[in-house]
Amino acid sequence: MKLRIKFSKHGVMKFIGHLDVMRYFQKAMRRADIDIAYSTGFSPHQIMSFAAPLGVGLESNGEYFDIEANSVTNSADMTDRLNAVMVDGIHVESVRMLPEEAENAMASVAAAKYTIRFSSGKEPTFALPEAVNAFMAKNAILVTKQTKKSEKELDLKPYIYEMKAEPESVQLFVDASSSGNIKPSLVMEALYKENGFELPEFALQITREDTFTNTGTEEAPVFVPLEDIGNEF
Amino acid sequence: MIKPALSDEILLKIEKPARYIGNEVNSVVKDKSKVDIRFCMCFPDVYEIGMSHLGIQIIYDMLNRFEDTWCERVYSPWVDLDKIMREQNIPLFALESQEPVKDFDFLGITLQYEMCYTNILQILDLSKIPLLAKERGEDVPIVIGGGPCTYNPEPIADFFDIFYIGEGETQYRRLLDVYKENKKQGGSREDFLYQAAQIPGMYVPRFYETAYNEDGTIASFTPTREQIPTTIVKEMVTDVSNTNYPEKPVVPFIKVTQDRVVLEIQRGCIRGCRFCQAGQLYRPVRERDVEVLKRYAVEMLKNTGHEEISLSSLSSSDYSQLEELIAFLIDECKQKNINISLPSLRIDAFSLDVMSKVQDVRKSSLTFAPEAGSQRLRDVINKGLTEEVILKGAAMAFEGGWTRVKLYFMLGLPTETEEDIRGIAELSNKIAKTFYDTVPKEKRNGKVQIVTSTSFFIPKPFTPFQWATMSTKEEFIEKAHITKKAVLEQLNQKSIKYNWHEADVSVLEGVFARGDRKVAPVIMKAYEKGCLFDSWSEYFHNDLWLEAFEECQVSIDFYTTRERSLDEIFPWDFLDCGVTKDFLKREWLKAMDETVSPNCRTQCQGCGANRFGCGVCFEERG
Repeated sequence: MKLRIKFSKHGVMKFIGHLDVMRYFQKAMRRADIDIAYSTGFSPHQIMSFAAPLGVGLESNGEYFDIEANSVTNSADMTDRLNAVMVDGIHVESVRMLPEEAENAMASVAAAKYTIRFSSGKEPTFALPEAVNAFMAKNAILVTKQTKKSEKELDLKPYIYEMKAEPESVQLFVDASSSGNIKPSLVMEALYKENGFELPEFALQITREDTFTNTGTEEAPVFVPLEDIGNEF
Repeated sequence: MIKPALSDEILLKIEKPARYIGNEVNSVVKDKSKVDIRFCMCFPDVYEIGMSHLGIQIIYDMLNRFEDTWCERVYSPWVDLDKIMREQNIPLFALESQEPVKDFDFLGITLQYEMCYTNILQILDLSKIPLLAKERGEDVPIVIGGGPCTYNPEPIADFFDIFYIGEGETQYRRLLDVYKENKKQGGSREDFLYQAAQIPGMYVPRFYETAYNEDGTIASFTPTREQIPTTIVKEMVTDVSNTNYPEKPVVPFIKVTQDRVVLEIQRGCIRGCRFCQAGQLYRPVRERDVEVLKRYAVEMLKNTGHEEISLSSLSSSDYSQLEELIAFLIDECKQKNINISLPSLRIDAFSLDVMSKVQDVRKSSLTFAPEAGSQRLRDVINKGLTEEVILKGAAMAFEGGWTRVKLYFMLGLPTETEEDIRGIAELSNKIAKTFYDTVPKEKRNGKVQIVTSTSFFIPKPFTPFQWATMSTKEEFIEKAHITKKAVLEQLNQKSIKYNWHEADVSVLEGVFARGDRKVAPVIMKAYEKGCLFDSWSEYFHNDLWLEAFEECQVSIDFYTTRERSLDEIFPWDFLDCGVTKDFLKREWLKAMDETVSPNCRTQCQGCGANRFGCGVCFEERG
C-alpha cells in the first residue's frame, strides 16, 4: 500500500537540510511504529520517497513524501501517532492512501506555491505592486542561471505561473518539476534587478505553501496539491 | 517554540546550523520558573563528537529526572561560529533554552581526553566566565569537571571549582541539595565549595596546596583548611542494574559519530593490561543484568527510532550473559530491520558465528589488538593474546569469508626493542600467509587486506606503567620508520597497509596525562596564542604549543622522558581510584620481569577494588 504523508516545517526546523529531514522521518517511522515496508537485500532500507527537496532556510506548509506500508490503521490514527513523536516545528498534516497507479512523489512534482516576506529592515524600497505588475507584463525575463559547471541564460517567464504582490509579501507560483525547478530567490533577484536594485543578502523569508502535481496536459495544465491524489482511509 | 540565540543570518552562514539550535527528539525543555537549579552539561568538542558520548546522556537524563533541576547541553562552537561569536560579542548559550551559560548555576564539563583542554578554555571564555577559578565571583556558574581525565586533574585544576571523581550517578543529588541549602542561607560561592569539598568524591582544588622539591617533583600535597579530606576516593555505582539509564536518549538531527542506541552492558574490565587506564579506573567489573539490558534495548530503540544498536563495554566478550543477550537482540532486531554492531569482541568460533549473522562478511573487517609485536613484549604489557590464538582466529575467519583484517599496535612500550618492533611486521605477514594457506586460489576473492596501525604509548596515571618513561618525538618517528621498513621487507607486503599516528600530539598528551599544576599556565598561554581543537590534526599547532612551553619555562621532558623513582609522589596520588599504589607497583615490577598476571576471574590479584563490595570480586568462581 502506498501512502502519501504531508507535513509542515517551521521555526528552527528550517535549518535542518533535506538529507537530515529524510533521516529524521526514517527514525520517526520507527518511533511511531508505522508498519513501513523495507527493501530486500543485506541492508534493507525503508521504502520512502520524498517529493521536492526544500532548501535550508525555507519554511513550508506543504512538504510530501510517500511510503510503502505493509499494513495500515486509518488516516487519523496514523497522523496522530506520527504527531506524537514529532519535534516542535514539524507537524504531520495528513496521511493518505494513494491509488496503485499513482506516480511517486518525486516524479509527480510539477509546481510549488510560495509566500515571500521580507526581513525587518530589509523591505524593498520600491513600490512592490507596480513592480510586480510591470515584471509580469514583460515578454521575457532573462536571467543568468549558475549551474555547477557554467552559467546559462534563461527566460524565467514561462516558468512563472503566477506572481502577485500583497501589502507585505509576494505570492509566487512557479514550475518545480525536475526540468524547471525555479528557486523563488532567483525570481526575486530578477525583480530587484529590473527595478535597479540588488537583492540584499538574507532579505527574504520564504515559505513554501504547497507542492502541486499536474493532472492536465503539458499544454493545458491542471495543478492540484500532491495531497489531493490520495484519499483518507 | 524557543527563539534561537543566533540570528538567521548567522545560522545560514555557518556550517551545520543544527549543531546550535537544540530542539532534538527527546531533548528536555522545562519551565525555568519552576526549577531551582539550572545545570549546563558540556562536552568540550564539536557537537557530533559530544553527542556521541554516553556519559553525558546518562547524567542529562538523571538530572532532568530531578523536578527541581533543568539540565541542558552545550558543545564547542566550531571554528566558524567561534570567530563570529568573538567578533559580535555573542555569549555562549545552552542548546535547550538558548540562554547564556553564564546565567546557569552549574557548568559541568566532561573530560574524556587530554587534547580537549584548550576547548575548556574556549567554553569558559565564550561564556564570559573567568578562566581561573579563583577569579570567579558570585555571578557565574560553579564549574565542575568529571570523566576519566579527572584522575589527574592537576594540569587543569586552576580552571575548575570542583572535580567530581568517579561515576556521576551517585553524588549529584547530594551536591545539588547542598547548593540549594547554601543559597537559601545566603551563603557565598566559597561557602558552598567548602561544603562541597566534604562530600565524598568531590575535589575542590582551591583547598589544597602543593609543595615542590628542588628537582621539581612534589614534596607534599595538603589540604589548606580543616575538614577537607587528604584523600578522595572515587565514587562508584555498586549495583549497575539498578541505577539511572537514559531510556530516552537525545536523537540528533545531523549524523553524529555514534548514531545509534548504545547499550552499556558492563563497567570495568577483568583483563588488567598494564598500559590501560580504563582497565584500572573502573574496577571492579560490574555486569548489568541481562533482563534489564533486554528491556533497555527495546525501550531505547522504540524511543529513538535508531536503526542500529551497539553494545558498549571495555571487553564485551567477557560479559557472562553475552550469548543470551545477542540471541535476544538478533531475534528482536531482525524483524524490525535494525542493525547490530558488535565492537571489541574477541575473535573465536562464537564471535565469528555471531558476526556472520549480523553483518555482511564481505564488507566488514576483523579486528585484533595485539598491541605489541612479540610474545615477550605482550607478556610485559600483560596482553594475554598469543600469536597462536590470533592466527587460529584469523584462519577461522578467512574460512568464513572475511578478507579484511585490522591490527592495532603500540610503539614505545616499556622495554621495547627493535626486535619487538619488527615483530609487528612479521605478525602482519603471518596473518597474510595464513590467508593464502587457508583459502585455496579458486575461492579467493582478490587479495587479503591487512591494515596495521600503530599509536604511540603514553604512560597514564593509575596504571602499572605510570612509572614508565615515555619516548621522545624523535624516538617515536624512528620507531615508526623501523616498522614501515620492516613491513616493506615482508613477503606479503603488498597485502599490508601500514598507518601511524602523529608523534607531536602524543608528546603533548604525555605531558597532560602526568602533568602537575605547573602545566596550567602553558595551557592558558597556548589558548591565548590560538590553540583550539587540538585533537583535530588540521587545527593542531605544535609550534604554538612549543612556544607556550618555552615562554612559561616549563620542560616537556620533565613530564615525559624523566625516570621516576618508585617512591615519587605523583600529582594524582591524593586520589584513590580503588586499586592501591602497592598493587600498581607490584604489577610494574612484574612487567619488568616479563611475568603475566591472570585476569580477575581466573585469580584475584589483590588490587584493592574488592573493598567496594561488589562486582567480579564477589562472583562465585568455578
